Amino acid sequence: MTWSRPVPNQRRRSRQLKAWIAALAVSALCASAASAETPLGYLEGFGVKTREIAHLTWALLILSIAVVVITSALVVIGALVRRSRAPAGNIEQEPVSRSGRGVAWITIGVTVSTVALIGSMAWTAYTMAAIRAPSQDPAVTIEVIGHQWWWQVRYLSDDPSRVFDTANEIHVPVGKPVRVRVKTADVIHSFWVPAVSDKIDLIPNQTNETWFQADKAGIYRGQCSEYCGKQHAHMGMVLVAEDEANFKAWWDAQLKPAAEPEKPELVRAEGVFLQRCGACHGVRGTSAGGRFGPDLSHLMSRRTIAAATLPNDPGHLSGWIADPQHVKPGSLMPNLDISGPELASVRTYLATLN
Amino acid sequence: MAVIDYDRAPEFATAGYDSPAASRLHALWETKPGLIGWLSTVDHKELGVRYLVTAFAFLLLGGLEALVMRLQLAQPNEHLLTPEQYNQIFSMHGITMIFLYAQPILSGFSIYLFPLILGTRDMAFPRLNAFSYWAYLAAGLFMYASFLIGAAPNDGWFNYAPYALKQFNPNPNMDFYALGMILLGVSTTAGAANFLVTFLRLRAPGMSINRVPILAWGTTTTSVGILLSVPAVSLAFFLLWLDRQFGTHFYNPDGQGQPLLWQHLFWMFAHPWVYIIVLPAMGIVSDALPIFCRRPLVGYTVVVLATIATMVLGFGVWLHHMFATGLPFLALSFFSGASFIITVPSAVAVFAWIATIWTGRPVFTTAFLYFAGFVSMFVIGGVSGVMTAAVPADRQLTDTYFVVAHIHYVLIGINLFPVLGGLHVWFPKMTGRMLSERLGRWSFWTVFAGFNMAFLPMHWTGLAGMPRRIYTYPEGMGWDTVNLITTIGAFVLAAGILIFLANIALSRRNGRFAGPNPWDGPTLEWSTPSPPPPYNFPVIPAVASRHPLWEDRLDEGLGRSSIRRGVVLDHGKEALATSTLDGEPDAILKMPEDSLSPLVATIVMTAAFAGLLLHWWMFAGAYAALLLAATIVWLWPERELGQRAEASHG
Repeated sequence: MTWSRPVPNQRRRSRQLKAWIAALAVSALCASAASAETPLGYLEGFGVKTREIAHLTWALLILSIAVVVITSALVVIGALVRRSRAPAGNIEQEPVSRSGRGVAWITIGVTVSTVALIGSMAWTAYTMAAIRAPSQDPAVTIEVIGHQWWWQVRYLSDDPSRVFDTANEIHVPVGKPVRVRVKTADVIHSFWVPAVSDKIDLIPNQTNETWFQADKAGIYRGQCSEYCGKQHAHMGMVLVAEDEANFKAWWDAQLKPAAEPEKPELVRAEGVFLQRCGACHGVRGTSAGGRFGPDLSHLMSRRTIAAATLPNDPGHLSGWIADPQHVKPGSLMPNLDISGPELASVRTYLATLN
Repeated sequence: MAVIDYDRAPEFATAGYDSPAASRLHALWETKPGLIGWLSTVDHKELGVRYLVTAFAFLLLGGLEALVMRLQLAQPNEHLLTPEQYNQIFSMHGITMIFLYAQPILSGFSIYLFPLILGTRDMAFPRLNAFSYWAYLAAGLFMYASFLIGAAPNDGWFNYAPYALKQFNPNPNMDFYALGMILLGVSTTAGAANFLVTFLRLRAPGMSINRVPILAWGTTTTSVGILLSVPAVSLAFFLLWLDRQFGTHFYNPDGQGQPLLWQHLFWMFAHPWVYIIVLPAMGIVSDALPIFCRRPLVGYTVVVLATIATMVLGFGVWLHHMFATGLPFLALSFFSGASFIITVPSAVAVFAWIATIWTGRPVFTTAFLYFAGFVSMFVIGGVSGVMTAAVPADRQLTDTYFVVAHIHYVLIGINLFPVLGGLHVWFPKMTGRMLSERLGRWSFWTVFAGFNMAFLPMHWTGLAGMPRRIYTYPEGMGWDTVNLITTIGAFVLAAGILIFLANIALSRRNGRFAGPNPWDGPTLEWSTPSPPPPYNFPVIPAVASRHPLWEDRLDEGLGRSSIRRGVVLDHGKEALATSTLDGEPDAILKMPEDSLSPLVATIVMTAAFAGLLLHWWMFAGAYAALLLAATIVWLWPERELGQRAEASHG
């Protein structure tokens, strides 16, 4: 799938400039890479919080590069300017002496460094204060519960009938702060959607809280960023930032139970699904109430499957159900030795969950 | 029974290396030939070289693991390794490089050099020194034995609970790590105590603490750090093992234990450890760079103070590994500030080195190239570290390849570069032959190019959001090209290391003869033949300045050091103890003979740990009892080693 991150026109030039500095800075070798699309990059923020962080990161990056360039130049120039003519094998040709007063170098160097450090600390403190809390009370609270290796997402509401569970895809309204409560069902994971939200770890017996805000509509990628075992690499998620009306429509749609199948082949397909999949997966409005795997209610409304590992299309869905251990070796979803007709039935049923 | 004179005035004499006194000392200090001699030697030079060779072997193993990982990551969606294989390899790569290479290689330098630069005949506790080596080797083999049953540690060197606990990790992978680290901790702690006492008590007369080479300061400072941190983490690993084997709940959330407690206990050790594996390497540069700049180090005193300040502050920054764990705002602010501040002493060292280059006349030897390259690499590793001190930035940077790049600039830039440079400096001392400068320059430029090609772009990989510790990655993330470049760079770096090894192999046999002081160095080791005889110095030298071999030319201080005339000490194996601050002689130390006890103690201790690993409780108990017996045999009082007159002796 493609990750769409909007680029406002008026900022394109500064972004290009920054990309150029990054490319030069990091390495001339990477110039081509710098301009490539980087869905998990965070040098440009798409929310108030990550924008502040990006400014700080850029400031520190540019300062760091300046320090490296200056000190490296001092080393190289100093060595070349002061180079002795004595050959390496006959070093004693260059007499030993206590030449020059070098201590001034330390005094000046450390003073300048300290000033730069204090500046960096001040900017850091400013940023910490600026992103500590949102400017208005969060409009939405979601609970993210990590599992090996997928994300359970629960939308909270004062009205219990509006609370629901979904998985691996988060929708949020644009321009509104969102409160995130994170927990884990097993090991430590870390919630991270770099474009709009910095990291917060999911730690057993602990509920951590953070907030973020997406200021531009778009589809952003998130990924687990604390090592959590065999499939840490494939624990991604999708974050959809959309306008208020679409967000509300999405929420309303998610609350609907699965439609009762009417056609006989769909009834049969549901039966196969409930028998083969229902022990681990849940679908609201059916007897499938498994909690081990991701909730599959409205699966067809999601853009990806297997925690943002595969695009959600019939081919990949079939491949995943038939042989999850091939796609994610070590995944807790077992190979079910599912027969061809059964697979077709399951897929047919899942296709109704829109 | 022979009466031993416990209280005597030492004789002064002038003696060179071909004097009768020297041949008497040679007979006293020599290691016996044959296998038993090899296994029982306590000669610090032999043990130092063994440390260096063993640590370098682990460097090569860790390097091979890195190359396998780089092949897996060269392109998206590769299938060279299974996820579990990748996880075991990245874990063992980290464990190997951080614990089995980076610190032991510096111990190797210091064990070899301490008595030589301090002007004495051996470490304070020669048998403990041998024990440190054997226990280190045993711990390394213990952890690597895990590969034989396909159960190498698989939760990284950081070993976070609860993934490290039994419910998620039922096989013995993490038992190998937990017990192996306790075993290694025994070695490291014993070694640190030895360095500390040697520094405090065995310096040559006149070597007051403001005349000690910086390497000794670095190693001593880190030894204090080790004594404060390693026993603590050994206990933390022991608690982890109890959680795994006996259902305790220190870290186990199932019993209301705290997984976060592990992180605190681990990083309280592991962040100081980062300084432990760089400060002695910085000491190597502070001592050796001036040789090639043909002048004393600029700012000796501030560099020493900066070394100590770094270690002290190093104990106050561990939380910056945990900025994303949901800590209170105040704690974040404090540790962020401390992590910025710790840069200041490093800046002192950097500008001292730059000043030494600018006010000296650098001779472009291979070693100089490594040290000059090191200064730049040090700064890159330093500033990327500063970026992670800024809490908000860190919560984006942490656990991405940016931090991987950072730690490699620290470990390769600040540890491996000084080590390779240091080997060029002291290989002639150790073997009597020079390394080839031509091959040396080839190796330096290959290592330098390969290293920067591999790890400079990796900063970008991290800024583009690639998380650490993933066994593969999808296409379209903007990571493909940089990963390929990194893989190629890693192989170039490996080629540079191969050239270095070829240089060692060729020069050991065919290198130019070195003579005592091929670099015209200022410190005491350069007054000995290359390689030095087992007793190091025919007479204990007296030191009158920081640079005993340069003082005529520098016109330093008032008196002159006395290298060839001094205390003889040849009534058996003896060394001179001096006072801690001023280096005034105050006792004659009786040094122990070679002994098999350290090896035997190591073997039974390792067997006891193997019993714990395999749940053979009786076996483990029996070997623990044997360890006690071996220790009693080892420490059984020997009349010849008496150093205080007994009350009845009169």
